[in-house]
Amino acid sequence: MDQVKYVHIDGRPVPIEGEKNLLDLIRKTGIEIPTFCYVSELSVYGACRMCMVEIEGRGLQTSCSTPPEEGLKVRTNTESVRQIRKVALELILANHERECTTCVKSTSCKLQDLSKKLGVDKVRFRSIQKPVPLDDGNPSIVRNPNKCILCGDCVRMCEEVQGIGAIDFAYRGHDVVVQPAFGKSLDDVQCVYCGQCTRVCPTGALTPKSEIDVVCKALQDPKKTVVVQIAPAVRVALGESFGYQAGELTTGQIVAALKMMGFRKVFDTCFSADLTILEEGNEFIKRLSSDLPLPMFTSCCPSWVKYVEQHHPDLIPHLSTCRSPQQMFGSMAKNVFAPELGIKKEDMVVVSIMPCTAKKFEAKRPEFVTDGAVDVDHVITTQELAQMINEHGIQFRGLKPESLDMPMGFKTGAGVIFGNTGGVMEATLRYVYEKVEKKTLENPDFHEVRGEAGIREAEVQLAGKTYKLAVIHSLANAKAIMAKIKSGEKKYHFIEFMACPAGCINGAGQPVSFDPGYRRNRTKGLYEADKMLQLHKSQDNPYLKELYAATLGEVGGVKAHHLLHTHYKARRRMKGKSMVIVDSKADDKLEVRVCVGTSCYLRGSQDLLHHLARHVADKGLQGQVQVKATFCFEKCDKGPTIKIGDKKISHCNMAQATAALDQAIEARLAGV
Amino acid sequence: MPTVMLRKFEKVCAIIEKYGNDPAKLIPILQEVQHEYRYLPEEVMIFVATTLGMSPAKVFGVASFYAHFALQPKGKHVVRLCDGTACHVKGSDGILQALYKKLGVDAQKATTPDMLFTVETVACLGACGIAPVMVINDVVYSQVTPERAVALVEEIAMQEGAGHVSA
Ligand code: SF4
Ligand code: SF4
Ligand code: FES
Ligand code: FES
Repeated sequence: MDQVKYVHIDGRPVPIEGEKNLLDLIRKTGIEIPTFCYVSELSVYGACRMCMVEIEGRGLQTSCSTPPEEGLKVRTNTESVRQIRKVALELILANHERECTTCVKSTSCKLQDLSKKLGVDKVRFRSIQKPVPLDDGNPSIVRNPNKCILCGDCVRMCEEVQGIGAIDFAYRGHDVVVQPAFGKSLDDVQCVYCGQCTRVCPTGALTPKSEIDVVCKALQDPKKTVVVQIAPAVRVALGESFGYQAGELTTGQIVAALKMMGFRKVFDTCFSADLTILEEGNEFIKRLSSDLPLPMFTSCCPSWVKYVEQHHPDLIPHLSTCRSPQQMFGSMAKNVFAPELGIKKEDMVVVSIMPCTAKKFEAKRPEFVTDGAVDVDHVITTQELAQMINEHGIQFRGLKPESLDMPMGFKTGAGVIFGNTGGVMEATLRYVYEKVEKKTLENPDFHEVRGEAGIREAEVQLAGKTYKLAVIHSLANAKAIMAKIKSGEKKYHFIEFMACPAGCINGAGQPVSFDPGYRRNRTKGLYEADKMLQLHKSQDNPYLKELYAATLGEVGGVKAHHLLHTHYKARRRMKGKSMVIVDSKADDKLEVRVCVGTSCYLRGSQDLLHHLARHVADKGLQGQVQVKATFCFEKCDKGPTIKIGDKKISHCNMAQATAALDQAIEARLAGV
Repeated sequence: MPTVMLRKFEKVCAIIEKYGNDPAKLIPILQEVQHEYRYLPEEVMIFVATTLGMSPAKVFGVASFYAHFALQPKGKHVVRLCDGTACHVKGSDGILQALYKKLGVDAQKATTPDMLFTVETVACLGACGIAPVMVINDVVYSQVTPERAVALVEEIAMQEGAGHVSA
């Protein structure tokens, strides 16, 4: 056996137990080292200089990037350490927009917290920063570059954990900024609105976008009936904002608080999660026995869906057509429940409380307008709910729990575990098993799909056949698995995808937590909530049975499809100008555009472009025809795509392209 | 000239191919691409990024980090003035100000609206013995004075038929 090695920290020997850096080792001893650019789930960056310690013989060193070695003598609190940390912090503060009182991040801001803890009571340096405008044109995230301290946590989160790379450092020296490509806004680049960057940003530079004001306005409007749904993950995290432990269930208090604020009906997204399971489970069974594409991908995570639309448009048919529980709820509330209440759906306002920033984006997708009304009007995050409770002066801790309203407040445990990675898969299996095997599932737990690993595989036996399953969280893992599916290396029947690490319980809308165990505790909280309920399988939900009998008809039937399903489409990653290849200044020029976006490029659009440009040049048509290379017509699954004048041609080949061009030119010559 | 742009685009494709579509070769790729366009147009950087399977934000990050990548189109004639220690001591700043005034440009907006001139400063051209040094389109001028610098620029403007410069 290896001998235990020790590092001396402030005079005491501390054993090295697999820690990768001094920082983790020191923290183990109960000494808190300040950091901005160290996030344990990301790579080490070593730029903020906050984690400095003094090492005998080596002087001041950043503890986050120093591996522990036998015999090191480390001091964490010498006078030089104290000074250098303070100066580093002062320099950061000098260029930071210090509008703390009006900052949404106030009290959960690391910069504020450390300034207080390190006793910084003045800033001796002058700012060299010029104020720049906010980037808040998207539904989910507000970027305030004036508050950025350049720690790069967001950059590494987006790149390493999410595999997206929507934001990065740009320029150098004192011009350095963190921004989307070319300084564009987030809605013009490939951001999927997962918000994980806001979760790690230590300041108010990246924050979820608030909808509190519109919700409060609706609550004050006497003509409106405001109903609300609570997502599963909210109930195990909201309490953290009021001193409860992560994972402690506060559903009853949440209901009470919402009622006090004036919400007419308080319902549960777990109800519509049960509904999703019936529809999605049914779709899966149908796919198994037809030629519809497999594996089927879950579609309840809007960041994942946007990612597929942008980066894997050819696999869109694999996405389940089911709307997410949030959207199914909205559709049911407005189209079934409003008439039951005797009110017009225009007078109903549906609010969701979600752990997620991407749900704000999802609610605004044009697909989710059913028969003229948006399904979900406003989405607020768990953080925003806590804020609203405070604004209303409600003493959350003293609240007497109240019950959810019926019918859409009734759920089974299957709907509750939706908030955990593996939860959607497990809930689906509980349904599919009974449906296919035609017998009762005695123990509803499928432990084989639970766990923490970002890529998990399992198998299930149904009617004597083996089916391969996978559960994926975080989009970098999704990216890896998609590559293997495309290459044929991996084959599955059903895959659950969630963009956030550990699933919705760790969504970017949840309260900010610095407690290392919070994820595990929230996860546990949801599994325990399932245990505490009477029913555990969506198909046993009595109100669902009623709903199908009275209104929806058959599971997967025509009515259900109209109200509960949707279709997704290819989506451009980036907005930008086209490249002019052959120019024409003529006012009435014929525009020829060839897509060189990734999907089309891989299908040979470059050759098409060369060919067409040459064709124009050879025929001496430069004056009349303009040829451009553009990025994405959102027809990526049918690429290569070109556009001649107003005519879009998909699956285009050389002969077709030439013929279409000649035809268009002839038509113009003929004066048509 | 339309065929010029086609040739440039084909060249970009050839450059990327030459480097085996390897994201690790981004810097040399951008260098050669810049050689074609004389700067790095946004749409071309997006094309390079997509073709290499990289995020455009990363490509822009690299392009904006290195001073020798130009993100804005440059004028037809590039005037580079040395601002190294020797030239600075010998009064290069006066020359720079004279050029700025003459052409109506500054450090942020370095190119004239008619795209004829770009004025840049460089850190030491390694010709300190003949300071102050100015380079116009690769031709080196030594011991330049503000008057001479302005006269040189005027001469080019005349040849280009851009009389307005002598305003
Ligand atoms: S929201 Fe997600 S995808 Fe968008 S920038 Fe942040 S981490 Fe990247
Ligand atoms: S936006 Fe936030 S996380 Fe990103 S670099 Fe700036 S301070 Fe750090
Ligand atoms: S935490 Fe070590 S340098 Fe930032
Ligand atoms: S890449 Fe989207 S249409 Fe070509």
